Formats: sequence, C-alpha cells, structure tokens
Amino acid sequence: MEMNLDLGLEAVDRITEEQLKKNVLFTTLEDVLAWARSNSTWPLTFGLACCAIEMMATSGSHFDADRFGIFFRNSPRQADVMIVSGTVTKKMAPLLRRLYDQMAEPRWVIAMGSCATAGGPYVRSYSVVKGVDQIVPVDVYIPGCPPSPVALIYGFQKLRAKIRYEARARKRVMAHGG
Amino acid sequence: MKVILEVIIFTILVLGYAPFAIYVHRKLLGWMQGRVGPNRAGPYGLLQTIADTLKVLQKEEIIPANADTALFRIAPIIAFAPAFIVFAVIPFAPSLTFADLGVGLLFYVAVASISTIGVIAGGYASNNKWSLIGAMRAAAQMISYEIPLVLAALGVVLLAGSLNLNTIVEAQSRSVWFVIPQILGFVIFLIAAIAELNRTPFDLTEAESELVAGYQTEYSGVRFAFFMLAEYVYLLAMGGLIATLYFGGWLPPHPALAFIPGIVWFLLKALIFAFLPFWLQATFPRARVDQLMTFAWKWLIPLAMVNLVLTAMAKAWI
Repeated sequence: MEMNLDLGLEAVDRITEEQLKKNVLFTTLEDVLAWARSNSTWPLTFGLACCAIEMMATSGSHFDADRFGIFFRNSPRQADVMIVSGTVTKKMAPLLRRLYDQMAEPRWVIAMGSCATAGGPYVRSYSVVKGVDQIVPVDVYIPGCPPSPVALIYGFQKLRAKIRYEARARKRVMAHGG
Repeated sequence: MKVILEVIIFTILVLGYAPFAIYVHRKLLGWMQGRVGPNRAGPYGLLQTIADTLKVLQKEEIIPANADTALFRIAPIIAFAPAFIVFAVIPFAPSLTFADLGVGLLFYVAVASISTIGVIAGGYASNNKWSLIGAMRAAAQMISYEIPLVLAALGVVLLAGSLNLNTIVEAQSRSVWFVIPQILGFVIFLIAAIAELNRTPFDLTEAESELVAGYQTEYSGVRFAFFMLAEYVYLLAMGGLIATLYFGGWLPPHPALAFIPGIVWFLLKALIFAFLPFWLQATFPRARVDQLMTFAWKWLIPLAMVNLVLTAMAKAWI
C-alpha cells in the first residue's frame, strides 16, 4: 500500500524517486495518531458477568493481552475502551452510561458476548437491557456466550483496524449508519 | 550558556529514559508472570510506550466541574519538577555533577519532599473522595517514611564525614563500599525508599483495589502523563542516590576495572536499583494502611536509631 503512494515529485527523475521512496517516510498526523491509538487501547477495569471472567483470562498468562498494548486502567478518565462484558440489567444501565460519560475522548465500546450485544439468553427478562447499544454507541460486537479470550483479542484486532480505517477514510463508522 | 546546554541535553536524556523504563517495567512484569509483555508495536514492542505516550498526550483533558481548577492544573507540575531538580546534586562521574553542593544529601531529601505537595494538591483539587483518600495516605506515608530514610542515610554521613555526595563517593574509594559497614542502614534505606516512591508493597496511594486510581483518579491526558513521568524519573533518581550512598557511585567494583568510565558504573548501579521495585511488584502483595504505619514507627525508626548509635560508637572507638 505504501509503495503505490503518489509522491507528487514530477520534477525528480525516476532513480532519485526510487531512492526517495526508500529513505523518506510520508505520513499524516492522522495516521500517526491512529497508529498510536490503535496500539494503546487501554480498557476500563469493569466487569459485569461471566464474560468478565474470560476478559480477566485474556490479560492473564496464557493469552497475555499486554502483547497488544491492552493494559487495564482503573480510572475511566485514563481508559480508552469500555468492554461491556456481560448482562446489562436496567438497574446497571445508568451506572454504565455514567462510566462511559466519564471516559475521555477518543473512546470506544466493545460489546462482549450475546448479552451485551442483544440481551442474550435473558432477552425475555423484565430487567435486562436488550443490547448495550441502546445506552452507549458500540464499535465492535463479539458473539459468543461467553466469547473465548481468543475471540476478545480478535475483537480488539477489529477495533484497531477500525481506528486505522477511520483515520484513513476520514469518517466515523457506526453500526446503524449513524 | 554551557550550563543551559547541559541541562537541555540532560532533560532530553531523562525524557528518553522514561518510556524505556515503562517498557522494561511491563516486559519484566510479563516475564515474571509467565507472559511475554508488549511485543507488537515495533520490533520487540519497543515502540509500545511511544504509542502510549502519543495517545495520552492527545487525549481529551477533563477538569471536573467542581474541581479547584487552578490547583488541579498546577499539581502535576509540582509533583514532576522536583523529580528533575534532584538530579542536580547526583554525581554521575568524577567530574560530572550539575551542582556540587556542600549539603547535597540534605538538598535531595528536602526537594524530593516537595513532590508530595503536588500529590496532595492533586488529590485535594480533584474533589473526588478516592483522590482525597489517596492524597491523605500519601501525606501520612511520606511523613512516616521520610524519618527512617534520613536516619539511615545519617549513618553514611557519619562514616564519610560530609553531606556532599561527591565526598561520600570519594570516602568509599578509600575504604569499602558503605553497604558493608552499613548493611542494616542499607536495608532500612531501601525499604523507606520504596515507600517514598509509592511502589508495591507500599503503593497505598494508588491502590487500585480500594481506591480507583488514588490521587490520579480524575486526571487524564497530559496531566496524567506528567504524574507517570514523575514516578518513573523518581525511580532513577532514587536508584542514583542508593548507588551513591551505599554502592560507591561511579567507583568500579575492583580497581582493575577502572578502565571502564565511571558513568557506566554509575548508570549500571542506578538502573539496577531503579528496576528493583519492579521485581518487588511482581512478588509482594500490598500492605494494609495500619501495617504500613506500624512498620515505619515501631520497627524502622527504632532500628534506624540503633544503626545510627552503633555507627557513631564504631566511628568513635574503632
């Protein structure tokens, strides 16, 4: 992809241009920021249900989320990603929204598992929110009940790809075309 | 002019050290926990902290609505500036000290205490109960552990007969490194230093399982980065002080190794003691508040006094 960039160097002859391509790195501020943001997605330490156990396992020895720079922060002020890991009850929903509001921009939300995505097995319950996207904007949905740590890492890779794509395409990508 | 240039170069070097220290921190913790640590951003994950820094610097800065705005803004600077100032008196090599003060040790201890005021101001100004509890703990911990720290260092001052850090290093070149006659003092100093730096097992000011993130709870963006920077620069400063007081500063372990420049030995020793708290973090659980206070007042201070008296007796009669 990098090799097909038009460098706008018509006055420079071919050999010089080839050498320039080897030595000069052309990038934009947005791309650098997207690289930084996508490589340092700090999630909020915030678990709701059984998916949270899988989330904890993800940062444990076997799966080691720290490889990707996924480093759990306790204060929402310093976190970038909220992993909604489990069933969101109607009682919990305002608290979840408040935590989201406390996070600093730019921020992302991962809906982990069936419950956070659409209510899951408790969809007919009177007390369960049918998908966390009714409360906060969700960037990545991870299916599974609960999703394995590998699935969560895959979800994070999707989020990183999304951050980079949004920077390159200069537009927000939302689930409902919003 | 020359001084300004030296200071600028030194500041850039220390700023370059901080991301490296955070990277080593995460790698060491990873290895000790049977993990790999950051390895995707750049070769061996070396760019991980660069990415973190860039991200934190351009993240939104939130100032809570009911915070004390002026104090909230200035607190990270109060916490961070002393961490750089204390390097002025540390002797890096035989003729490389920024300010060769006669009261170098006293200057270090006095200036290092200022950053506690930054921590307390930050915790108070946030208008958040977790921040405030963290700040109060920082104050209590600082007062408790400053005393054994200084009492332990007094043993070294007695042996060397000076508060000047250069003279202390030279005194060690005439005898053995002070860690041998001052082994009790060294242990007390190390424990008190770890408590001063708020590292595990004494990281009660930002105990994440009880206080959300302690005094940093309401901080985001650049100001949070300043607190982190201060923390890691202090590690190096304290490592440098321990190396100077107890491990002969720039002196080689054996005169036959004197062909290696003094700054290499100094940095080697300072970095070992700067990274020692990371090993302890992977090993120890966190102490309780009352245990922490009891330990300082009932054990460390009496022991430090015993050490001081023993040193004085040895100095007078041996």
